Amino acid sequence: MERIFLIILGMAAVTYVPRFLPLYVLTRLEIPKIVIDWLRYVPVAVLAALIVPGIITANRQVYIALDNSYLIASLLAFLIAWRTKNMMFTVTVGMGVVLVLQYLN
Amino acid sequence: MRSADMAEGAKKAIPIVLGYLPLGFAYGALARLAGLDLALIVLMSLIVFAGSGQFISVSMLAAGAGGASIVATVFLVNLRHLLMSASLSPYFQNYPRRSLPLLAFWLTDENYAMACGEFRNCERGHHYMLGLFGTSYTGWVLGGVLGGLFGGFFSSANAAMTMEYALYAMFIFLLVIQMTERKLFLAASFSGALSLLFYLYIPGSWYIILATVCTATMGVSAERWKESF
Repeated sequence: MERIFLIILGMAAVTYVPRFLPLYVLTRLEIPKIVIDWLRYVPVAVLAALIVPGIITANRQVYIALDNSYLIASLLAFLIAWRTKNMMFTVTVGMGVVLVLQYLN
Repeated sequence: MRSADMAEGAKKAIPIVLGYLPLGFAYGALARLAGLDLALIVLMSLIVFAGSGQFISVSMLAAGAGGASIVATVFLVNLRHLLMSASLSPYFQNYPRRSLPLLAFWLTDENYAMACGEFRNCERGHHYMLGLFGTSYTGWVLGGVLGGLFGGFFSSANAAMTMEYALYAMFIFLLVIQMTERKLFLAASFSGALSLLFYLYIPGSWYIILATVCTATMGVSAERWKESF
């Protein structure tokens, strides 16, 4: 168990450094315009990269089918988010669709 | 003012907590199965606070992997936060410097996504952010404690899958509201396609970092190229 304790400390350290360092350094500097422009793309790019592989694959293979509940729910969530701009509504309907499809399949 | 800001931020964390509780629970239950003490299970949630990294470490521990390779893998998996940390720095520029170490510690995908959604339409102070980030952290740790305690007793895959979907629905919402310009919509589509390609053909979890770096670089290059006419 002592070995695992040390591993956890190591994990904490290597997780913290990339979270802290850019924030700490860049908030002290005058950030050049080109870097600001570059960083402007990061939120949408990261989000798309978190979403797309997660909803259209299973076991690291493309899985487009009616019983892929995450995919169906996501198409609907996308529409709802776009039309209503309401987060709680989007999340609730998305979860509802997944729940129903889980029981149907 | 200060506590009102914190409370407002905490309220914003509800959808994240909704997803973190079952995910944290699943982590705790798996760690228990892998033979970890409750104290170590909770300690990991308390000081690492990284969903995918914690899951991977547990499965590697169960498979008998060495300490160095576990730490190295977790480093690579969590390296994507480097970009998120950098992208928040313009917004955190006026925050008291002593709030930065804690805010950085709480920087997860979900907290980042929510923060970006907030900064899109207004300025948010550090109390608001501390309330938001701290609340989701509490949810994550609580889920881990409950999973470590009761994970062995019941497991409903259906319920867990449904709850975990809350995080995807939230990501989708936050993406949609941030695609305010044509170029950002194009960037999201490009990054989505690229990340899928990388995910399918490159082992490990490089796909998020690679897709983001390529997309941002393409975006800036395209802007500069257009300006040159």
